[in-house]
Amino acid sequence: MQVQPEGQAPGVDPQEQHGARSYLIGLGYAVALTLASFWAATTSFVYAPAVPVLLAVLAIAQMGVHVAFFLHISTAPDQTNNFLALLFGVFVTALVIFGSMIIMANLNHMMVPMDQLMHMQR
Amino acid sequence: MSAAEQALTGVSDIPLALRGPAPVRVVAGFGFWLFLLSDIIIFATLFATYAVLSGATADGPSGVELFDKRHVFLETLCLLASSVTCGFGLLASYRADARATYFWMAMTFLLGLCFLRMEGTEFASMVAAGAGPSHSAFLSAFFTLVGTHGLHVSVGLIWLVIMLLQLATLGFRPLIARRFFCFALFWHALDIVWIGVFTIVYLGAK
Repeated sequence: MQVQPEGQAPGVDPQEQHGARSYLIGLGYAVALTLASFWAATTSFVYAPAVPVLLAVLAIAQMGVHVAFFLHISTAPDQTNNFLALLFGVFVTALVIFGSMIIMANLNHMMVPMDQLMHMQR
Repeated sequence: MSAAEQALTGVSDIPLALRGPAPVRVVAGFGFWLFLLSDIIIFATLFATYAVLSGATADGPSGVELFDKRHVFLETLCLLASSVTCGFGLLASYRADARATYFWMAMTFLLGLCFLRMEGTEFASMVAAGAGPSHSAFLSAFFTLVGTHGLHVSVGLIWLVIMLLQLATLGFRPLIARRFFCFALFWHALDIVWIGVFTIVYLGAK
């Protein structure tokens, strides 16, 4: 039986291995999303409390563009390992960032106010 | 499906357990990908620190007063362009086209150097204005997060110079191709981290 190689390295795109198209498409999307981000942060056109949400959406979209068009990570069957590793990385990253923020906000909320604390020390 | 087609698409009728070991290129790429993800987790801890401390300005200057969005936009464009030229350099190295590889990788180096220089001027002007890392918890977190990214870019530039020297002395052999490939992954990953930096630190400044 013939031995077949299994899987594909991250960053390799078998269909477009000799084409610059993927990078140019990615560049187009990335520039558009970057411009949109800087526009959203400076304009008064968007309802102010919604701006952070809009920035988060644009940033996540741009990260997705970079992963798909520059790193060439996809959900193709030969990329299962790469994609699962990426999912785990995203999971841990979210856990660290949001976990820290929730815990610190909670601690801040529970802390005895400073003037009361001075009073208790006396 | 022909054997050549199977090799190209990676899709095969042979059950997983009966297939041979993955080629070195795939294993090296996957290992480096795991390293990059762990590096991104380091950045996640620094982002978390920044998010918690960003309000602790100790009556010093806040982000809005310090950051120049136009400057950051140019930095972003430098890094984005260098990511694309790095991709073109990688494609040129696949074709074993030495001139194109040197050209695109040199462009990558120059754009990366531009980015570092702009970041250096920003840091220097902040420290000169009395907003150094020791001033407040916010500034400590800022310099740690953005400085770690800058340090990664510096290491990437040193790596790129070494790669070009190795290409000049050793030529296009599989070992060099793998290293170029890992460098490209590293460079693209740094650009992804920078998206987080400019969104959270510079555009999200309160």
